[in-house]
Amino acid sequence: MSDLALLKHTPLESAHVACGARMVEFGGWYMPVQYSGIMEEHRAVRSASGMFDISHMGEVIVSGPGALAWLESLLTNRVGKLAVTRGQYTLMLDESGGVIDDLIIYRTGELSYFLVINGACRDLDLEWMHGHLPSDGSVVLQDQGNDYAAIALQGPDAEKALRALYPACDIPKRNGIALLIPSLVASDGIVPSLVARTGYTGEDGFELFVPVAHGIALWESLLAAGVKPCGLGSRDTLRLEMGYPLNGSDLSRDRTPLEACLDRFVGLDDPEKGDFYGRKALEQQRSEGLPSQLTPLKLSVQGPPLRSHYPVLADGVAVGETCSGALSPSLGEGIAMAYLPEVCRIPGTQLEIEVRGRRYAASIATLPFYKKPSL
Amino acid sequence: MNVPADLRYAKTHEWIRQENDVITVGITDHAQSELTDIVYAEPPKVGAEVRAGATAAVVESVKAASDIYSPLSGTVTEVNDALTSNPALLNTDPFGQGWIFKMKASNPTEIDALLAPEAYTAQIGQ
Repeated sequence: MSDLALLKHTPLESAHVACGARMVEFGGWYMPVQYSGIMEEHRAVRSASGMFDISHMGEVIVSGPGALAWLESLLTNRVGKLAVTRGQYTLMLDESGGVIDDLIIYRTGELSYFLVINGACRDLDLEWMHGHLPSDGSVVLQDQGNDYAAIALQGPDAEKALRALYPACDIPKRNGIALLIPSLVASDGIVPSLVARTGYTGEDGFELFVPVAHGIALWESLLAAGVKPCGLGSRDTLRLEMGYPLNGSDLSRDRTPLEACLDRFVGLDDPEKGDFYGRKALEQQRSEGLPSQLTPLKLSVQGPPLRSHYPVLADGVAVGETCSGALSPSLGEGIAMAYLPEVCRIPGTQLEIEVRGRRYAASIATLPFYKKPSL
Repeated sequence: MNVPADLRYAKTHEWIRQENDVITVGITDHAQSELTDIVYAEPPKVGAEVRAGATAAVVESVKAASDIYSPLSGTVTEVNDALTSNPALLNTDPFGQGWIFKMKASNPTEIDALLAPEAYTAQIGQ
């Protein structure tokens, strides 16, 4: 157990305790892993609505006349195609093409952008960004990670819950961002409340960013509206059912987005996308061939829940290990992701996942693992 | 938290029930509550030799896999096959239908090292 005093604490901690949360260490943060139970929370998000504290994530504002050109050099897909109020998933790479972080960037004004980065690598991301800022002062970088409390409201009933709380709010379309109206503005006036229609669950939903002092009030009003508190446990099963990668597990400095099968978020073939950190390494890797690819796997037999770091075998030979795994609550099956060499895709190859010395037959799945039943 | 008076307990949250020379082993109510939704159980094999304090079974919640230690040394004589299809019995009835295995103890004096209900209750801070 980590020393509590060394962990970072979210502004919503007292609300979690009041909701009966089980708290754990996650990426240096003291976070709720579950309240009523992972299965129940998972089902609430798939069938109604749930909310997650995402205050550990970092908010960074990039602005100034040089902001766009600098962001194009920093991120893998074209920032210039974003209209004001629009956002996109993107990656920040090092020169060798390794993933520093995956993040969402929203364009909030003509010359300003709002970036949401992963909680576990906030310091590293900011260090990288500061280290690569142009020296002419044309770009302003503001770390607002400690100014915001953030809540992800997710599920088919999320919009209904949001409309009930904010009837006057201009609710954004998918991947869009808007001011949360009535806007709660901190006393210093620099922390506008925002609502983005994004998430990490595969369901419709929103990510709400409000000044730290208003976090608990927002949490409690969502609770009163019947939204179920959900922890990191169900956040992980929900995202894995969709095949969304988790930085630190599925993404790392040792893997490129091409290996992670995130090509569609990399602008290599976009004629208007210029140079960016990692581009040369990606082009070289593309011409030489990928050593491995992030591959979705499913157990073909009844077996234990899958987890990270389980060996994967092809025709009895170890070829890799799982980087994420779970018992999918929606499917009742073991699902996992693993970086595997091309040979594993040859039809007829017998794949197996080894759990505590026992091998279970597995097969390559297609993403998402979980497909929403059509009405 | 339920701590039945007729059982003995290991510090690692397993219980035993002694009926003649048959020892039944399971996990406590406190343990199942800490583990939460149990979705998988891997009991030992009948005939397996188990040692006191060594891993004899594994139960898994959605979040984590947990080793279950045999409170006593001996030979496994029966396992609870119902857990394969319904591992949630470990949550709903940990001292009854959620038993994990039965064994014949090779060194019954090891029982003296297990906790009485009062001592176990004190350990879990009730």
